[in-house]
Amino acid sequence: MSIFDYFRSAKKDTASIAKERLQIIVAHERNQRNKPDYLPKLQQELLEVIRKYVDVDQDQVEVQLDNNGNCSVLELNITLPDRV
Amino acid sequence: MAKIIVVTSGKGGVGKTTTSAAISSGIAMRGHKTVVIDFDIGLRNLDIIMNCERRVVYDFVNVINGEANLRQALIKDKRAENLYILPASQTRDKDALTVEGVERILNELAADGFEYIICDSPAGIEHGAFMAMYFADMAIVVANPEVSSVRDSDRILGILQSKSRRAENGERVEECLLLTRYNPERVAKGEMLGVQDVEEILATKLLGVIPESETVLKASNQGIPVIHDIESPAGQAYSDAVSRLLGEEVEHRFMSVEQKGLFKRLFRRSA
Ligand SMILES: Nc1ncnc2c1ncn2[C@@H]1O[C@H](COP(=O)(O)OP(=O)(O)OP(=O)(O)O)[C@@H](O)[C@H]1O
Ligand SMILES: [Mg+2]
Repeated sequence: MSIFDYFRSAKKDTASIAKERLQIIVAHERNQRNKPDYLPKLQQELLEVIRKYVDVDQDQVEVQLDNNGNCSVLELNITLPDRV
Repeated sequence: MAKIIVVTSGKGGVGKTTTSAAISSGIAMRGHKTVVIDFDIGLRNLDIIMNCERRVVYDFVNVINGEANLRQALIKDKRAENLYILPASQTRDKDALTVEGVERILNELAADGFEYIICDSPAGIEHGAFMAMYFADMAIVVANPEVSSVRDSDRILGILQSKSRRAENGERVEECLLLTRYNPERVAKGEMLGVQDVEEILATKLLGVIPESETVLKASNQGIPVIHDIESPAGQAYSDAVSRLLGEEVEHRFMSVEQKGLFKRLFRRSA
């Protein structure tokens, strides 16, 4: 990033900031809105199953549902603890 | 068949009642039998904006409860020939509105020959707002060019397409955006979100842009819907919006600082 870019971004007008913030929050909220009601419970039950085998925290299991056209993908991300 | 149009926003104070008064007056003046219903139970305001507050005898809740019939509760507007107002009750609790009750009144109005039923929604996403939107065929989402208003508009759009009766039947509520209190000078200075920005974020068809105008307060002071002020930019912008609502193609105005300058030509776009 050049020094000119730096000044340009520092002087970015407030309306552009508002637009960027809105785009992010609206995209996030739309995503939340489309989630089926069973998702939190599914996440909880998955966590319990995983815990039978590995010791993980609540926030180490991430369940995400993405819609791609007419099919949905349920993505499960589990961060395992460091091996010792 | 009556067309039911809800004027909604989520956020409070953005101009729903001003819009309901203007749009219903405008549609009626074009010759369509129109009724505007105040759904803001406990906080009625449409009556005072339309200068009929001293003529309220019975209200919406009285009709729902069978304490009065529609004919007794409807107030005929003194300015627009085909316009009637159904005021909200001032005292009862807001749960007085029921899905069955509201449906019955809407059906009665349609049977009575009303072509357009305009529902002035209260702010928020609670019971009253839900009742106002539930039966809508079309929604006018009123927003100001400001972050919290735009965000709330998006939430309302989501609720319309999931919780309304049309949504429950697998149909869509026709939706359009009315951007009010727009200040082209501030947009040009980069201090206010522009029409294109809001359209892009909400991805909703633009019904109109109503400029921030002193004439709106003057109109409400006197109880004359601002659309009757044909000199005023806000009045003219509302009139254009009514034309679009009735299917005419009208170019957008009042979106740029100079009406006829180069600026306008540069920023003109077909929306
Ligand atoms: N285009 C405009 N220019 C200037 N002032 C405006 C404009 N539109 C609305 N206002 C003012 O904004 C205020 C709120 O308007 P209004 O009562 O129509 O909002 P509302 O969305 O119905 O509010 P509530 O959520 O409380 O029902 C009023 O004082 C009105 O005069
Ligand atoms: Mg209001």
